[in-house]
Amino acid sequence: MITAAEQEREHYLNESYGIKSWLLTKDHKRIALLYLATVTLFFFIGGAFATMIRIELLTPQGGLVSSETYNKLFTMHGITMIFFFLIPSIPATLGNFFLPMMIGARDLAFPRVNLLSWYLLVIGGLFALFAMLAGGVDTGWTFYTPYSTTYSNTWVIATAIGIFIAGFSSILTGLNFIVTVHRMRAPGMTWFRLPLFVWSNYATALIQVLGTPVLAVTIVLVFCERFFHIGIFDPALGGDPVLFQHLFWFYSHPAVYIMVLPAMGVISELVSVFSRKTVFGYKFVAFSSMAIAVLGFLVWGHHLFVSTQSVYAGLVFSFLSYFVAIPSAIKVFNWTATLYKGSISYATPMLYTFGFIGLFTIGGLTGLFVASLGIDVHVTDTYFVIAHFHYIMVGGTIMAYLGGLHYWWPKMTGRMYPELWARLSALVIFLGFNLTFFPQFILGYLGMPRRYHTYSSEFQVLHVLSTAGASVLAVGYLMPMIYFIWSLRYGKLAPANPWGASGLEWKTPSPPPLHNFDETPIVTQEAYDYRGVIGEEVEVG
Amino acid sequence: MSGQNQHVDSATTYFLVFLALISLTVITTAVAYVDLGDFSVVVALAIATCKMLLVALFFMHVRHSTRLMRLVMVGGLLWLGILIFLTLGDFATRGLVGVPGR
Amino acid sequence: MASDSAAETLALREQFDTEAQQKDASTLGMWIFLITEVMFFGGLFLAYTVYRRWYPAEFAIASSSLNAVIGAANTVILLCSSFTMVMAVRAAQLGKRDALIWFLILTLILGAAFLGVKAYEWNEKFQEHHVPGPTFHLENAVRQGPAQIYFSLYFAMTGLHALHMVVGVCLLTFLIIEARRNRFSAAYMTPVDIIGLYWHFVDIIWIFLFPLLYLIDRHLGK
Repeated sequence: MITAAEQEREHYLNESYGIKSWLLTKDHKRIALLYLATVTLFFFIGGAFATMIRIELLTPQGGLVSSETYNKLFTMHGITMIFFFLIPSIPATLGNFFLPMMIGARDLAFPRVNLLSWYLLVIGGLFALFAMLAGGVDTGWTFYTPYSTTYSNTWVIATAIGIFIAGFSSILTGLNFIVTVHRMRAPGMTWFRLPLFVWSNYATALIQVLGTPVLAVTIVLVFCERFFHIGIFDPALGGDPVLFQHLFWFYSHPAVYIMVLPAMGVISELVSVFSRKTVFGYKFVAFSSMAIAVLGFLVWGHHLFVSTQSVYAGLVFSFLSYFVAIPSAIKVFNWTATLYKGSISYATPMLYTFGFIGLFTIGGLTGLFVASLGIDVHVTDTYFVIAHFHYIMVGGTIMAYLGGLHYWWPKMTGRMYPELWARLSALVIFLGFNLTFFPQFILGYLGMPRRYHTYSSEFQVLHVLSTAGASVLAVGYLMPMIYFIWSLRYGKLAPANPWGASGLEWKTPSPPPLHNFDETPIVTQEAYDYRGVIGEEVEVG
Repeated sequence: MSGQNQHVDSATTYFLVFLALISLTVITTAVAYVDLGDFSVVVALAIATCKMLLVALFFMHVRHSTRLMRLVMVGGLLWLGILIFLTLGDFATRGLVGVPGR
Repeated sequence: MASDSAAETLALREQFDTEAQQKDASTLGMWIFLITEVMFFGGLFLAYTVYRRWYPAEFAIASSSLNAVIGAANTVILLCSSFTMVMAVRAAQLGKRDALIWFLILTLILGAAFLGVKAYEWNEKFQEHHVPGPTFHLENAVRQGPAQIYFSLYFAMTGLHALHMVVGVCLLTFLIIEARRNRFSAAYMTPVDIIGLYWHFVDIIWIFLFPLLYLIDRHLGK
């Protein structure tokens, strides 16, 4: 029961008002919400590009847009979704909000650097948006040379600058998280008492810090090549375009782990709470996060299988790519084992968890297909690869993100979302997702190339199915937008611990006070210890 | 006080390290004019590495710092190593198998 | 707890519990930032390694068009600045304000001198038509393309390094101003410490740039 007194309580949202209190905040919770608004905006921009792509692909001859425009559409879809939505999403929203709380800290180690990170994302985004509005960029999000450096007549440099700046946003967030986890844990919060969400974000932060600078210098080189024709990637002067690919993928492969590791961290939390059981094999899951971060840096050459990369290098990278699947598999096994003999609740976050486990597994297994040199020659640059990474990024990461948003929404806002509508949208999203992307595996295997807007008529049925799925998916994504906003005003007031979860963040009121804890907590319990924890709201199911 | 502040090295220590750095600079320049064939670059990098270690250990206080800081430094160098050597693994093995274009 | 009570100080900001914790966190933060810089420059070192292996002759000819004595002298200048920087840090640790300020000023002067020499060298390259572009030409080099790649890397690496030096000079200026305002003491000298780390790091980059750019196969005497 929420008393009137509790409704008047001061918390981080009402302790100050006005636009300056948001734009100049040092509070990690407010910064998380600033990020939430920003990445949501970029998600819908990226989604708009996807919509146009899917509509274009309804008919074999296209006709809605020209080839040049189509090239811009898939490029800008990729850039927006990857650099301005997926990479910041979970760490900068849920991570920013909850990492300090989970370790018992008042804030991150460097609050003003945290705010700077947000501004850098916004400024980078503005550069990219300017480029898109001024005419777009058509190089593909991978901006391979020599097309991007010599032949493309589009806004490559403006976009590259935007990504460069956004990269520093990512680096600073990573730096902040690493120092915070090392130095700001409350007394008694040992490494192996940390929630697995913290482990995942920590591992992600390592990747951000070690990989992103290489992308930054690669962008600088593309800039110099395009502007000054220095020759570094230009075969006419003795340069090697494949050097670009090495430099680009050295970051961009670990980047996919930046996108999926935090999602895995969310799933670890959700699967535990909604089975009301400690995560099976906690240490295995924690170490697997670290293993993914490390091994993820050793496999980038699998993106170069069909380039002039040497056969030996191909063999080594293929072998290592199989290896990197192991820690991910370990996690899936452990989550599944957590469910066994658990007290399963079917609340919305758990629905997303089930979706994640199934879809991520499919995405991951198809990763093994493309890790095989022989198979990759057949399916590379086809819709098979597109389906593979969308299963992980959309079926995996976005589902986990939504699951986490629903789970932590009461804590962040002090309001419950409407459970029935939420479950319905989870179902709509799941169905829409599978209808969109499963046909794409078949399309790719049958030979439909990626980045083409015209195709042989035998592929049309599958494309129509995919577009139909995309429409359903779009509806599914709009629904949470609507009811989350609705809940801010009309949602039931949330208690401190509606789910009966363990974890320090649930020991604070909803929403939390400005400094999170009135007194620095002293931790004596292991993670995911549900003894004596009572959920204050009996949830449906 | 944290570990860093407790050890204040003497000015003499710093000066000696400085002299060593200057000497190594002179040596590396002079040795460059000696014909060591392929070994020249190894020597040059070895001397540069010694200079780096002197600067890091003494001027950057790594000598007195925690295990974590040293791990960070080693980790960074290791990652640089991964970038360079795994990429060279491609460039150095091209053409070995006889497959055209690879 | 410093929730809303006593105003936070420079040495103990509200998110930290003790001054030692804050200092530790700041130092760790700077070290991690330096690692990102290692990876940032690392991409250029990779490109250098790849192309030097491919084009040893052109790289040797190009390298010998640089003045090794000036390069070595500039290296010495930078090493001197590292020495004065660590002496500045030491002065701060001992609470010696005047010594701190003087050593910072010396470091700044030496850093500026380095940049001045660099500007002179670059101008020389410009005069000799060794700047990549339509007017590029390296005498004695059979293939101009790879020779241009060398100089592209030369300007990219020394340019990026010089940019970091400029930032360092600005940071030193900031430190001098703050030191003169008595902001630092033996108890709180973290900015001096971490900017010192940054300065030494930029020096380390040059320690590698010098032999790699200036001393390629000098024994061939081209």
